[in-house]
Amino acid sequence: MISKNIQLDEQGRLKHFLSIEGFKRQHLISILDAAEPFANVHEQAVKKVPLLRGKTIVNLFFEASTRTRTTFELAAKRLSADVLNININTSATSKGESLLDMLHNLEAMHCDMFIVRHNQSGAAHLIAQHVSPHISVINAGDGCHSHPSQAMLDMFTIRRHKKEFANLIVIIVGDILHSRVARSQIHALNTLGVSEVRVVAPKTLIPTQIETLGVHVYHDMQSALIGADVIIMLRLQKERMQGALLPSEDEYYHQYGLTEQKLAYAKPDAIVMHPGPINRGVEIASSIADGPQSVILEQVTNGIAIRMAVMSQTLGRSLKIKPPKQTTAIAEESH
Amino acid sequence: MKTDPHSTPANSDTLLELEPLLAIMHQAIEQKLHTISTQGCSKDDVIMIGIHTGGFWIAEKLYEKLALSTPLGSLNISFYRDDFTKIGLHPEVKPSQLPVALDDKHIILVDDVLFTGRTVRAALNEIFDYGRPASVTLAVLFDRGGRELPIYAEIVGQTLNLETAQQIKLCGPSPLKIVKTEC
Repeated sequence: MISKNIQLDEQGRLKHFLSIEGFKRQHLISILDAAEPFANVHEQAVKKVPLLRGKTIVNLFFEASTRTRTTFELAAKRLSADVLNININTSATSKGESLLDMLHNLEAMHCDMFIVRHNQSGAAHLIAQHVSPHISVINAGDGCHSHPSQAMLDMFTIRRHKKEFANLIVIIVGDILHSRVARSQIHALNTLGVSEVRVVAPKTLIPTQIETLGVHVYHDMQSALIGADVIIMLRLQKERMQGALLPSEDEYYHQYGLTEQKLAYAKPDAIVMHPGPINRGVEIASSIADGPQSVILEQVTNGIAIRMAVMSQTLGRSLKIKPPKQTTAIAEESH
Repeated sequence: MKTDPHSTPANSDTLLELEPLLAIMHQAIEQKLHTISTQGCSKDDVIMIGIHTGGFWIAEKLYEKLALSTPLGSLNISFYRDDFTKIGLHPEVKPSQLPVALDDKHIILVDDVLFTGRTVRAALNEIFDYGRPASVTLAVLFDRGGRELPIYAEIVGQTLNLETAQQIKLCGPSPLKIVKTEC
């Protein structure tokens, strides 16, 4: 009963959201299900629900981000929470204050949730281990390790188009080596039970022993594309590349860039995904990125619903302990 | 308005069957629609909305009997509950479906049991986040008293006097069944 997974509390409810590892299929399904009604909130004249009114959520971004930070902020605001964006470059850490001291100061201001992006793998875990018990921590990307909310919004997008995860062949193409998104996606796809995950990249961009995560490695894009239902393209993370991993961008595009000619090898109803930001003409042709099979902008929209679901599940935990059975009865019958 | 015996809420400790209760509500809603039409509004201006889940089941039954021109709406008030911090998010929240704009519409809001009034308070808040209706009329299968908020149902199937520990609820959707339990 006692779980070592610090992401869950004693009652097995979501407390922190740090990585996909450690979650069972039912946990991931419950997040996807919770996101469905949030996807409709934008249809209201007032694009807000009062669920997290009075909660304070802090965006702690130690690394550049546009989509993730803004969708987390929008998600928090659509739940009526107050959002604080800490600009790390101008904050006191540049005056020598340690990360944990800074967190304790934010705790002293009675914040309820930290959303953390950091270039060091494990940063969000470290913070989760040191915060007060009432605070939830959400990982918005740590180094090359994990980006769980991105993986969940991708799963949400896949489910909306393909309904079931079983029997799907998913291929992930590009800079697997530096991609925290790919790692989280692989864990999520396998936990949700897809038929096969294929990773495709030149040898220099595939981490050793990636097969242990339950994927098939391809270096030839054409053969990997055959039968694919979902194609996930990744950006070359040049800012993280040390040494000469690629001969040239042109050569990379020729071999691994998604063009109409290559896409024809996948199933006709295959969807094309990309976590963004996209580099047109490097990993994907413009005609594909803007084409009918692309769901890239849908991913962005779905990111808001998924982040609303994760935030309300973590902050919606009962402070007063009640048996789960009673909780259901009250939820259904309190008129 | 309550001269017609069929539209008068039943008031007794004996539970009526579902069909007679629906007939009472149907009559009362028809009268309400008539009143609205005398104010120069057409049927296009009336929307029936059921509160998820029991209220929606009742609304479906009533909607079949009425000749409304607008589609039936469903409202899930989970995001508007006042006890979220106590009980958390219900794991299976279904999205609200409000197919038409609510601005200037006359809303018939349907629920199964009216008790504390907190559900209706949450529903009203959600409705106003979708638009500014001309009016909202509350229609319930049972009014069991015990109000904690100033909420009033104009259309009632049956008024019951229940002890706080007693519960009445609707099981369904097919068949719909009224269940009375002691807690």
